[in-house]
Amino acid sequence: MHKLWRHRSSRIGLSILAAMLLAALLGPLVLPDPQELLDVPMLPPSVDYWFGTTGQGQDVLAQTVVGARTSLLIGFVVGFSVVALGAIVGTVAGYFGGWVDDVLSLLMNVFLVMPGLPLMVVIAAYLPPGAVTIAFVLVFTGWAWTARTIRAQTMALRNKDFVLAAKVAGESDLRIVLIEVLPNMMSLLLSALIGATVYAIGAQVGLEFLGLGDANQVTWGTNLYWASNDAALLTGSWWTFVPTGLSIALVGFALAMLNGAIDEINNPRLSPHKAFTQRANRAGVALTGSTPVIRGTDG
Amino acid sequence: MKRLLHRLGFYVIAAWASITLAFFVPRLMPGDPAAAMFARFQGKLTPEALDALREALGFSDAPVYRQYLTYLGHILQGDLGISVSRFPAPVNTVIGEALLWTVFLAGMSVVISFAVGTLIGIVAAYRRGGWLDRLAPPILVFFGAFPYFWLAMLALFLFGFSLEWAPVRHAYSDGVTPELSFAFIGSVISHAVLPAATIVIATMGGWTLGMRNTMIAVMCEDYTRLAQAKGLPPRTIMFRYAARNALLPNVTGFGMALGFVLSGSLLTEIVFSYPGQGYLLLQAVRSLDYPLIQGLFVTITIAVLAANLLIDLEYAWLDPRAR
Repeated sequence: MHKLWRHRSSRIGLSILAAMLLAALLGPLVLPDPQELLDVPMLPPSVDYWFGTTGQGQDVLAQTVVGARTSLLIGFVVGFSVVALGAIVGTVAGYFGGWVDDVLSLLMNVFLVMPGLPLMVVIAAYLPPGAVTIAFVLVFTGWAWTARTIRAQTMALRNKDFVLAAKVAGESDLRIVLIEVLPNMMSLLLSALIGATVYAIGAQVGLEFLGLGDANQVTWGTNLYWASNDAALLTGSWWTFVPTGLSIALVGFALAMLNGAIDEINNPRLSPHKAFTQRANRAGVALTGSTPVIRGTDG
Repeated sequence: MKRLLHRLGFYVIAAWASITLAFFVPRLMPGDPAAAMFARFQGKLTPEALDALREALGFSDAPVYRQYLTYLGHILQGDLGISVSRFPAPVNTVIGEALLWTVFLAGMSVVISFAVGTLIGIVAAYRRGGWLDRLAPPILVFFGAFPYFWLAMLALFLFGFSLEWAPVRHAYSDGVTPELSFAFIGSVISHAVLPAATIVIATMGGWTLGMRNTMIAVMCEDYTRLAQAKGLPPRTIMFRYAARNALLPNVTGFGMALGFVLSGSLLTEIVFSYPGQGYLLLQAVRSLDYPLIQGLFVTITIAVLAANLLIDLEYAWLDPRAR
């Protein structure tokens, strides 16, 4: 965690996320009701309505901020559930191997190869519209990717000495997986959590845009659904869909920055070239095509 | 050859699994599916539409395994039932017209995005710390963070409605008849540029980053170093030594990404009123045309599986170890 904070791009990511969460938590306390019809529809941004009004005459700023609540909540809950389910299936497949692995791997690969959106639509269309349906559908269609990476990592760890030692010591399989295997892939789990959250937010917005969400709820997806339904493009009222899209992108960007930072901390080869060049310059080594060897004590 | 047969077997299983899923999802719903659907329609469903729906899904009084066998038989014959919203048009006809447009738009965008994205990744990794390496990844990650269809809305608003540079809906102008003429082809291309561009911009980042990261690893391999030590021209090292070996993970990722990109392009189609599968999907959802939703799911899945099979064939050609 300390390392994450020291890394520049993860600090940017964490700050953006914290600001968004704070706005989502506190914003609705000071903003008007996002559902209330306040004024003339499609008013451009002004002093009274900073982000203008929607096609129904609601405050776009309030809708964006309140929408963040549901959308982020679903995003994180689904992200967490996807990783939990992926970790269970992945470790079971990777740890036990044999026919268990064969069956589970086949299942993962089938889910991976099926196109996500049509599958989500098929399932969501039969369930009552709403946040719970969306969350369920996203977990059901999204677990395979995480399970696959966790399975691979489990297989790599399975034959390490410390796992074998635990086996010889007579530890139960459950304990080995929970105490020996999973803690050794914390960074992988963290980056899987981030990836799953990004997926959940994007897919949720997509499903709601299609009209599979509860249109009476205020979320980022339904905001875009209404913007499109109220012919925002035709009337040129860009303010009805731009704030929501930017918010989604900001969250996605922040999470991507965080993920990139985790990658770089774990795999120093990827870390920006600049730090290395600076170090080489300080050591007085001219950089040519080949890797210079820098001897010295500076970190 | 053995590996390819193995893969073929997998795709057959995957196709069967998705077809089966499409059969069981409505049946796993709490209560009687037909009655629940009827309730959702709130009386808008005509009796003949309900019958079409029951028939498409194989609902009858027969035991479930008989229904399932009938359903499988219908699908194997390519019969996807009758559309409710466009009663009495068969789902096949409705989907058939739209399938070509989706294959055209999504296929073209995926290929362009893969080629350009990978190329940027190659050059960025080869010139570590150069301007491309510093600019491209953050910019592409930034664009990749937007939902595809939102980028499409923005592009349509800016270039379609405000600047009027590009047409705003459909796959070709109303005035042109679909035939093999320059007017028609030109119209099709001008209508495809904007949607394709948004999909390309939204998806390119993944290819660039993936390629860049593998390239960086490959650039540290001994054989690349040897090539550098031998004094081979940079272009040869970049493409024939490093990129060729770094390409494999990206090709594997291609198959996985296909379903994902397709999902995004379906939504993009909706924004542009592009007459493909996505636009149909929207209409099917809005009118609760269940047979059409099922049919779209089955068709799109099988198309993605077929594309994956092609990628596997190509992979075998690229990597002799996989033969």
